[in-house]
Amino acid sequence: MTEQAYNFAYLDEQTKRMIRRAILKGVAVPGYQVPFASREMPMPYGWGTGGVQVTAACLTPGDRLKVIDQGADDTTNAVSIRSFFSRTAGVAVTEATAEATLIQTRHRIPEHPLTEDQILVYQVPIPEPLRFLEPREPETRKMHSLEEYGLMHVKLYEDIARHGAIATSYDYPVKVEGRYVMDPSPIPKFDNPKLSGCPALQLFGAGREQRIYALPPYTRVDSLDFDDHPFDPSKADHDCDLCGAGDSYLDEVIIDDAGGRMFVCSDTDFCRSRRAAGHAGRLGTPAGEAA
Amino acid sequence: MTQMEKIVPATEVPLLQVRDLTRRYGARIGCADVSFDLWPGEVLGIVGESGSGKSTLLSCLAGHLAPDAGQVIFDTASGPKDTVQMDEPERRRLSRTDWAYVHQNPRDGLRMGVTAGGNVGERLMAVGARHYGAIRDAATDWLGRVEIDASRIDDRPSAFSGGMQQRLQIARNLVTGPRLVFMDEPTGGLDVSVQARLLDLLRGLVREMGLSAIIVTHDLAVVRLLADRLMVMKSGRVVEQGLTDQVLDDPQHAYTQLLVSSVLQV
Ligand SMILES: Nc1ncnc2c1ncn2[C@@H]1O[C@H](COP(=O)(O)OP(=O)(O)OP(=O)(O)O)[C@@H](O)[C@H]1O
Ligand SMILES: [Mg+2]
Ligand SMILES: [Zn+2]
Repeated sequence: MTEQAYNFAYLDEQTKRMIRRAILKGVAVPGYQVPFASREMPMPYGWGTGGVQVTAACLTPGDRLKVIDQGADDTTNAVSIRSFFSRTAGVAVTEATAEATLIQTRHRIPEHPLTEDQILVYQVPIPEPLRFLEPREPETRKMHSLEEYGLMHVKLYEDIARHGAIATSYDYPVKVEGRYVMDPSPIPKFDNPKLSGCPALQLFGAGREQRIYALPPYTRVDSLDFDDHPFDPSKADHDCDLCGAGDSYLDEVIIDDAGGRMFVCSDTDFCRSRRAAGHAGRLGTPAGEAA
Repeated sequence: MTQMEKIVPATEVPLLQVRDLTRRYGARIGCADVSFDLWPGEVLGIVGESGSGKSTLLSCLAGHLAPDAGQVIFDTASGPKDTVQMDEPERRRLSRTDWAYVHQNPRDGLRMGVTAGGNVGERLMAVGARHYGAIRDAATDWLGRVEIDASRIDDRPSAFSGGMQQRLQIARNLVTGPRLVFMDEPTGGLDVSVQARLLDLLRGLVREMGLSAIIVTHDLAVVRLLADRLMVMKSGRVVEQGLTDQVLDDPQHAYTQLLVSSVLQV
């Protein structure tokens, strides 16, 4: 099929309008899950069709798109979503966080601070933070509308009772502007503080579950906790072995058969630009000096 | 009770005023024209044969079921209010603060996937408790009060016996010091010896906490032991009510006489 067979960004204009209405409603009620009529996309659900539809509804021809998966631009999922939009929308693409106008993400918030000129779109598998303890959908909807959130703390209580500390390290529940409890998608809790007061518009799309929710710029987002077990974003006590960053989220990589390990930034663009700027870690050399 | 309240008895109003409460299921009557007052610290027993409308009445009182007519006026923090007319958020707030509901089947009243401590702590967290240590201390204390060993605090109720589950459900309900407790056959479905122990425990808690409660039961022994006043229901209607001993020792209505003489197996 040729590009001309698609409408701009694949979805027809009517569908995009419907999605934009859901997004606007989400922006008006931060953290509230807005139902929307999710469309079939030419990719499996696990590939983030919710995020893809939100991205499709937001893209304009002048946008520059970045797509990350686990912080990397070069995984299969990220590559295919990026190429999907460069084919169907003809938009420019980039791997540089600072240059992107729209970033679709799975599992991470970029390390480079976002700006008011950017939109961050999250792919969400399960949007309902109360599902773990209350599987009935009408009941969870009622709990949200009446702000009955005691159950969220029961979940954290169970964590501490069982593990001595809040063991939830991904999908760590948050409260938005003191009102709605929200699932931040499976980002590491390390990223939770970046949700709050973020200058960029943050949009969340769940395709299979047909929900969209949003954090408008500078929204206050608090991670749930107990007074005597305060939220801890837990930074690994290493620096990046390649770029020396001491404040980024790290992946542990096995480097040889002898069990040698190294820690590297999960945000590949962040690590690369630091090296390009001359920083080096324990095992790294600044870019340019490398062979 | 504070000194002030004792000096000014004129402010005392019934905790619950029920007026002409009616609930039908299509053409069939669930309960009809039920009226009574419940005073603070009072325990009311409701007895009657199977299908006489006890559970229907209790569900209407607790706001689980919408009555077709009548009033259920509860003495809220801001004065007496008809809970039937109240909007749902307010009614749900009452049910996690001022009210408690003990189900006949503990599985209906417990979270089976959550530890005993989490079950007891839930109501505390629902009303804003945010100190883990304090929640755990309260849970430990309450497990002790319902005679569950503190070492079981991190076990799930599925690992408990029926009697223990029922005691856990009671702890979970009473931990926030509710002002009114609804119980539907709290000793039903338990072995006789287990029932006796639970009754003993309930009686202790009712006395010690000065609980106001409405207890539905088949079992006249339960009301004899726990209830200050008794209401006898038949075919959805109240046929007799009064002080428990009076009703049981000198029943006026023919149906109550049958009930008491155990000619009628309820
Ligand atoms: N959901 C329902 N739909 C239709 N009829 C009902 C329903 N629930 C109860 N009833 C009817 O209402 C009447 C009162 O029932 P209810 O369950 O309140 O009695 P009960 O006194 O609690 O009985 P039991 O001692 O067996 O628990 C009965 O005739 C019953 O068949
Ligand atoms: Mg019943
Ligand atoms: Zn790095």
